[in-house]
Amino acid sequence: MSEHHSSHERQSFWTHYVFSTDHKMIGKQYYFTAMFMALFATAWSLLLRIHLAWPDKTWPVLGRLFPGLFQEGVLLPERYLSLVTMHGTVMIFFVVSIALVSGFGNFIIPLQIGARDMAYPFLNMLSYWTIVPACLLMLGSFFVPDGAAGSGWTAYPPLSAVPEAAPGSGMGQTLWILAMALFIASFTMGGLNFVTTILNCRTRGLSMMRLPLMIWTLFVASILGILAFPALTAAAIMLLLDRLGPTSFFLPAGLVFGGTVLQHAGGTPLLFQHLFWFLGHPEVYVLVLPALGIAFEVVTVFGRRPVFGYQTSVWALLVVAVLSMIVWGHHMFVSGMNPAIGEYFSIATVSITAPFAILAMNLVASLWRAELRLSPALLFVLALMASVGIGGLGGVFLATLTSDIYLHNSYFVVGHFHLMIAVVTFFAIFAGTYLWYPKMFGRQLNETLGKLHFWLTVPGVIVGFVGMHFLGMGGEQRHLYDPNAYQFLQHLQWLNVVITFALGSAAVAQIIFLANFFWSLRFGPQAAPNPWEATTLEWTTPSPAPHGNWPGELPVAYRGPYEYRVGGAAFTPQNKPDFVAPSRAPVPA
Amino acid sequence: MSTARAIRAPQHGPYPIGLLTVLVTVAMLFSAFTAALLLRRTASDWIPITWPPLVWVNTAILLASSVALEQARRAARIGRNESVLNWISIGAVLGLAFVAGQLALWRALGNGGVFLASGPHAAFVYLLTGTHAVHVVGGIGGLSWAFARAQRGGFSASHDGLSSVIVYWHFVGIVWLWLFALLSAL
Repeated sequence: MSEHHSSHERQSFWTHYVFSTDHKMIGKQYYFTAMFMALFATAWSLLLRIHLAWPDKTWPVLGRLFPGLFQEGVLLPERYLSLVTMHGTVMIFFVVSIALVSGFGNFIIPLQIGARDMAYPFLNMLSYWTIVPACLLMLGSFFVPDGAAGSGWTAYPPLSAVPEAAPGSGMGQTLWILAMALFIASFTMGGLNFVTTILNCRTRGLSMMRLPLMIWTLFVASILGILAFPALTAAAIMLLLDRLGPTSFFLPAGLVFGGTVLQHAGGTPLLFQHLFWFLGHPEVYVLVLPALGIAFEVVTVFGRRPVFGYQTSVWALLVVAVLSMIVWGHHMFVSGMNPAIGEYFSIATVSITAPFAILAMNLVASLWRAELRLSPALLFVLALMASVGIGGLGGVFLATLTSDIYLHNSYFVVGHFHLMIAVVTFFAIFAGTYLWYPKMFGRQLNETLGKLHFWLTVPGVIVGFVGMHFLGMGGEQRHLYDPNAYQFLQHLQWLNVVITFALGSAAVAQIIFLANFFWSLRFGPQAAPNPWEATTLEWTTPSPAPHGNWPGELPVAYRGPYEYRVGGAAFTPQNKPDFVAPSRAPVPA
Repeated sequence: MSTARAIRAPQHGPYPIGLLTVLVTVAMLFSAFTAALLLRRTASDWIPITWPPLVWVNTAILLASSVALEQARRAARIGRNESVLNWISIGAVLGLAFVAGQLALWRALGNGGVFLASGPHAAFVYLLTGTHAVHVVGGIGGLSWAFARAQRGGFSASHDGLSSVIVYWHFVGIVWLWLFALLSAL
């Protein structure tokens, strides 16, 4: 990187806080944007849960608070579907993707690889300012006639392709597609920047096999995003043409809505499903892999030992990435496909558990003979590992064609993917926050409040999402507006109440996190440059890192990222010169 | 541990990797469209349209623009900045002519009674020519940037940026040949 980045340029309010090209500020902007969107998405899920627990009750107060969603104190069925759709879409793309990949990714990549900034700072700013209108369009879609999109986060046609199909298929769906297009544009710009920066801007001595695993996971996730998102772009363009134009890419003949036969003919909704899941499945790994990256960082910093099996982790990561691109059909087992293809997708999906298990087991094995410092960050990572285990167990039944046919579209699926991509990713976001907050803001978070946050969050989410598995086995379908509508579900209604209380309590516990976060911004104790005695390069600069990241020369890497209790030293930072070869099998005694 | 390895500098210019990721994105987009077309054409309503002869003229113009830009790259390599500017301008003007030609092609299709609604093949013709033209317009933007930089004499030492824009241009040209062949053959 050229030297002008390192000089402390005078910056106005606008170039520093708003149209910043500094990766740290952009990372924080993403983080706060995700936090803002998470407040909405969580509130929507609470409305859903309250309705599901007590479908016959009226809620006059909620009705007055959300006049568009309720009628006479009852959540309207069509608005229920809008809330489901928007909760899923916003959480996946506008909270977890933004916080975990764009937020932490932007903040940490240059700091961990010893660079002054991202490879393309201007593109980085452009990427952030593309996500802002996307968020506004998503939120704004609640206020158009017919309300927000209601076809689920997967936006399957015909609901998403025919404006007159249902109340949630109107203008809100169009805005949903446009917002997603902006999101994809932003995410692609970000991915391009990540890949280029990681390959080209590493500091001297930092070979690929010396990169922290966080960087590896972000690298792989970015490549997956670049490969997978264009399929959704193509699908979105065709969907818009089907919606607003006369084409029939996804619409078959003979659809009747409101007594009128549609003119469309010859298309197939299956085509959309293939294109959507070609993105949709890799997207799961775009979210889960950086979560594991954070877990590896936290386990080493607070376990005081090198990561177990660094090289096998990297290779497993690459195999997971390749396999994740060719298993999408398992989302469509019941959509209709050649049984031979179904069999292939089933086998490929089950085989992805092998490299993924290597990653997860390396994470667990990294606790072997560790000197655990049970900080909030490590606590959340331990819970994350448990969640990978529980969620992964359910995944086996969904990957297997025969059991999936029964479980498909049930609450078993809802419970499974919440454990895998909601709990795992959110716990990683919390762990990353507890780990990097000192570097981000130059202050320390309160540890006691952090632990309280942990203990009040974990039981709720585990009970809530594991409970959903049982609802699913009992036959409750996802997207179901009224569980009382079926007699065979009534004996499970108590479980819906338990789940609502469990998840509600976990949601309320987030107030502690937010209070700790904002209180410490102002009043937290000043953070030292390396408060955790960690080894990676971001801890070799003051907290918070200055403009240009290092006040003087860039650090040079002389060793791997996780040298804790190796060669007699408690920890050896990556930039410490040492001309004696570090041992290759550094399991501490 | 060898010190030489420890202080090896892995830094290169950011362009080739950045370029590669852009090309991969474009390739994946048109692969998705291709897959969609292959799946959609199995339906019984697939009736291929006939191209207006203008499409051959447009294809020739796009190929010519690639040749002109290759000249620009060659001139940059031997440091003849004046010549770089001329060839970039010629390439960009040919690119604009291609986009105008594709719009004229749509008009010719419409005059021949072929519209977006005429059938799935016609819809793919409009969809793919349109999406492709957007990528050409992006390339013209890139060429304008390269022109401005060449005017300041920016490509005398290293012509990575110019090279990237031109490789992108060739790539979009190849995409057009692919789309044209696909839509003609099926």
